[in-house]
Amino acid sequence: MNIEDFIKQDTEWLKGTGPDSSIVMSSRVRLARNIDKTPFSNWADKTHLEDTMVAVKEAAMSTSPLKSALFIRLKELDDVDRTFLVERHLMSPEHAKDTDYKALIVDPKEIISIMVNEEDHLRVQVLLSGFNLKECWRIADDIDTGLSKKLSFAYSTKWGYLTACPTNTGTGLRASVMMHLPALVFTGQINKMLQAIAKLGLNIRGLYGEGTDATGNVFQISNQISMGMSEEEIIDNLERITNQVIAREDSTRKTLILKNKEALVDRVSRAIGTLKSAHIITSAETITLLSAIRLGVDLGIVKTMDRRTVNELFLLTQPSHLQKLEGRALNANERDTKRADLIRGRLK
Amino acid sequence: MLCEICGKKEATVHLTEIVNDKMAKLNICEACAKEKGTEMEEHFGLSDLLAGLADMGSKAEPESLVSLKCPSCGFSYPDFKKFGRLGCGDCYETFKTKLSSLLKRIHGADRHVGKIPLSGTDTVKDTRNLQELKMRMEKAIQSEAFEEAARLRDKIKAIEKERKIPGNNG
Repeated sequence: MNIEDFIKQDTEWLKGTGPDSSIVMSSRVRLARNIDKTPFSNWADKTHLEDTMVAVKEAAMSTSPLKSALFIRLKELDDVDRTFLVERHLMSPEHAKDTDYKALIVDPKEIISIMVNEEDHLRVQVLLSGFNLKECWRIADDIDTGLSKKLSFAYSTKWGYLTACPTNTGTGLRASVMMHLPALVFTGQINKMLQAIAKLGLNIRGLYGEGTDATGNVFQISNQISMGMSEEEIIDNLERITNQVIAREDSTRKTLILKNKEALVDRVSRAIGTLKSAHIITSAETITLLSAIRLGVDLGIVKTMDRRTVNELFLLTQPSHLQKLEGRALNANERDTKRADLIRGRLK
Repeated sequence: MLCEICGKKEATVHLTEIVNDKMAKLNICEACAKEKGTEMEEHFGLSDLLAGLADMGSKAEPESLVSLKCPSCGFSYPDFKKFGRLGCGDCYETFKTKLSSLLKRIHGADRHVGKIPLSGTDTVKDTRNLQELKMRMEKAIQSEAFEEAARLRDKIKAIEKERKIPGNNG
């Protein structure tokens, strides 16, 4: 298995399955860990960084979920491949920069990944489709325990897992859900929701686009606090809040269909019309239109497509995916044309 | 008025900057302002915020803190102020006075109550052991097995006394 095989398979988090997957696209748990008595990645010299890569690789391959995982030295990849991995949510955009001593470990199903020598020595990530935080935590906890049999982690009895940034200290846990909230955006309720969530010590941001601008109505909610609460409490807290957001989005969707069906059908049909006939289309426009179609699929307005097809288009129409599919580098204009071609082909 | 940076386009943006405690006014065009803007955003990152948080309430840094260096990795307190990140796990012990209040500000708590790793020092293992004993004691109390609970309580006390691990009363 190598990175070229990924483009041929559906990445797990976009399968469109799992609990509440009409609203929660995916769930993620990330654990930050560092090796004891070794300087953190940004402060370490080459020998330490190299040693860390080797030690983490060995430890990871010794755990059963990762025994056939892919170990990728990022400096051996080109820019397109690195961005490709970021687009698939297997690593952070930061990890794609200054890649001399960075690595990525990915299991063949793309559920588990470990960033090596990001800000922390290890960033263990588990990503599942739908609303599945507890299962993400169970898998991550398991991997972490497996790793700790081979690696001694920087840990203090008072402060827990010691991380490069004090915002991660303690559990080193960041749990998040990626939610599609078109009804809350259409009806203008989203801003109130964002403010309320921020007050509860959680972080919410748009997934595409910068800051709070959320192209495609996709939002990510995550915990901000990593110390003073157990992992289970942090997950439980995020689950409760997410459940409330789900309930609100769901009831708003139902109201929209009851009171505003024509407007909704119009919006969804126009989105399909544009995607089926466009010959040049940008990434931002694609995401906006796909969001409308996804809502149409979820509400049963669109019957010719399933959620999986829409999700797949979210992924494949991104710049590096288009270039991987095409097998060569494309400039922005070429991408807009290829993107339109791909979409027309899929929506026939 | 022409832009003070490129000198070509009309200045439409008027910035006030504080450089070395002196106020400076800058009249520039939109294109240069955009460039300048990204520069400014980069300047103001998480590290500034964190360093700012750590400094809250204290006016001048005592000399002892400024010259403090982590014996394991050589990281200094000014380094932390610059990067907003620490150098290694031992830095936490080195800068604990500053970090304790910083962690409390960030998390609302300065004590970890979550997972304990399998490996690690004896203290870590003792803590794991203690946590298990405490859980068993809670269970014993719930099922009204008070003799068992008392036995466990004594065991916990003995370990805490021996290791001088602070109990749960703080």
